[in-house]
Amino acid sequence: MEQAKKMNMKDKYNAMTGDLAWDFTYKTEAELFPLSDFEGIKIEDWSKWQDPFRLTMDAYWKYQGEKERKLYAVIDAFGQNNAHLGVTDARYINALKIFLTAVTPLEYAAHRGFAMAGRAFPGVGAQVASQMQSIDELRHAQTQLHTISQYNKYFDGLHDPFHMYDRVWYLSVPKSYFEDAMSAGPFEFITAISFSFEYVLTNLLFMPFMSGAAYNGDMATVNFGFSAQSDESRHMTLGLEVIKFMLEQHPDNLPIIQRWIDKYFWRGYRLLGIVGMMMDYMLPKRVMSWKEGWEMYFEQNGKALFDDLARYGITMPKFWEQSVEEKEHLTHKLWLTFYAYSHAAAFHTWIPEDSELDWLSEKYPNTFDKYYRPRLVYLREQEKAGKRFYNPSLPQLCQTCQIPMVYTDPKNPTQRVYREVIYKGDRFHFCSDACKEIFEHEPEKISQAWLPPHQIFQGNCGGATIPDVLKHYHFTENDGGEFLHSRDNANWNLWKGLTPDEEAA
Amino acid sequence: MAVKAAFENYTGPNRDALENFHGNQLVYIGWDEHMMFPCAGVFPLPPQMPFGALVKEVVPAAFSIHPDFANIDWGKVEWLLDGKSFNPTLDKSLADNGVNHKSLIRMVTPGLNGINNSGF
Repeated sequence: MEQAKKMNMKDKYNAMTGDLAWDFTYKTEAELFPLSDFEGIKIEDWSKWQDPFRLTMDAYWKYQGEKERKLYAVIDAFGQNNAHLGVTDARYINALKIFLTAVTPLEYAAHRGFAMAGRAFPGVGAQVASQMQSIDELRHAQTQLHTISQYNKYFDGLHDPFHMYDRVWYLSVPKSYFEDAMSAGPFEFITAISFSFEYVLTNLLFMPFMSGAAYNGDMATVNFGFSAQSDESRHMTLGLEVIKFMLEQHPDNLPIIQRWIDKYFWRGYRLLGIVGMMMDYMLPKRVMSWKEGWEMYFEQNGKALFDDLARYGITMPKFWEQSVEEKEHLTHKLWLTFYAYSHAAAFHTWIPEDSELDWLSEKYPNTFDKYYRPRLVYLREQEKAGKRFYNPSLPQLCQTCQIPMVYTDPKNPTQRVYREVIYKGDRFHFCSDACKEIFEHEPEKISQAWLPPHQIFQGNCGGATIPDVLKHYHFTENDGGEFLHSRDNANWNLWKGLTPDEEAA
Repeated sequence: MAVKAAFENYTGPNRDALENFHGNQLVYIGWDEHMMFPCAGVFPLPPQMPFGALVKEVVPAAFSIHPDFANIDWGKVEWLLDGKSFNPTLDKSLADNGVNHKSLIRMVTPGLNGINNSGF
């Protein structure tokens, strides 16, 4: 038999994506893709969709299969060598607990979201790209779950991430970002996730976190990070291509896309504050401060990106200046918030050691010694006196970002920001002008937000007392509270042969 | 503006409507210049509760852990209701004082501005 000539990459891509599309005969496009136009995005020609990687399914399976084999070999070695003992300090694991309980369910949510987007887009290039990303995201959720199962053998707080994700007050922050996107149309979803989250902001989620893991001896996290990284770069490229494709298709698309960019920049920024808190407070060996990260990844790189998009008429996301004004306050406020609510969290908090306070003074010369060091020192003294501070009342949340309303006016850092809107006779509260504006644009949707403290008082969270609610969350008595008194700390000292004097903090 | 939805006249339930709280209403209470409490607290309270009971029972449960609390001169406390200064009548109910569902009460204590006057 004569062998057919091998196709080049472009022909193969066309054969295995574009040529897979069907021509419909007995249904109209509007009937088949009913979600493709209600958002107002106009696409003239789907064939202009360019997949920059020209990745076909057969190549995809091959690459991913190779990565899987390496990944699971490393996970096995990690378990066999008790590599959890190689991390810098048991405090570090708490950063990992937030990452794994928040981000792993997000990976799964992204898997679902891209599966839905792939079904909704009429163009075959977009369908195939969405399908691949959907599978990537499922794989990321799985690899992270295998990492969770390693750490879950030795540390508290990692036993029920998916159960917690649907219930716990601080996990409603990432959950609501994704569900806002998933419950929108396919174009808003892909702008929210592929562009705003993956392209604009992911560097700040991934890079400091993975570098932090490497600095702190966490080889299991570095392992899944590396395995996901080539996917992430593909996702980022897709995010940018999607934006350019929509902008090039019709001039009417510009204001719609700009609003989505504004919205998800702000929502993503609010979400990333929690990562900033990990960078500044939770990594025993620090990589860079939140302020440095924001300057490098957003103020410089992000600005360059928006300069590039200016030719389409896209401008910097609205309220970006606010993020810069807040950068010397953000992480300190969030850490003090989690410190105050640590009895209702599935990770531990603590007051940094003196050397760490000095690092924060150096990184935040305008604010740390003036505002935040005295607070931390006071709380440390209280703890030493047997009066570890916990805030006894449930927090007022922002209706949009669902973060407790802890943000202050950068010009007056002891004055909280309170914004409100009356909608259909009811009052709604916001942490910022940006969150207020997001609500005002779609109050029908955001007035339905599932705010955990309010749900507790409606009787939907297992009972009225904190122990009832923590039981409903599947928290155990060892999951939260002060690190110094935690089982994690006691175990760590035992495993490492440390005396209380040598231990951290 | 209205949300763009896949079908006409999209609307949904207001998740936190008053009738969902079993006869209570939500009230937020914050203490200015006391950032030890990082945000205002939220409390489910009967609308018939006298404002004086809120001051005697709810406010201490929320804030008495702070060393400034014991030094508050209650005659000098300045109250803000939904962003506007107001003079509550202690023996009147929350409802009669104009404290509605999801109202925000802020307490200002002149001369008491946190640990070492730091706003904390």
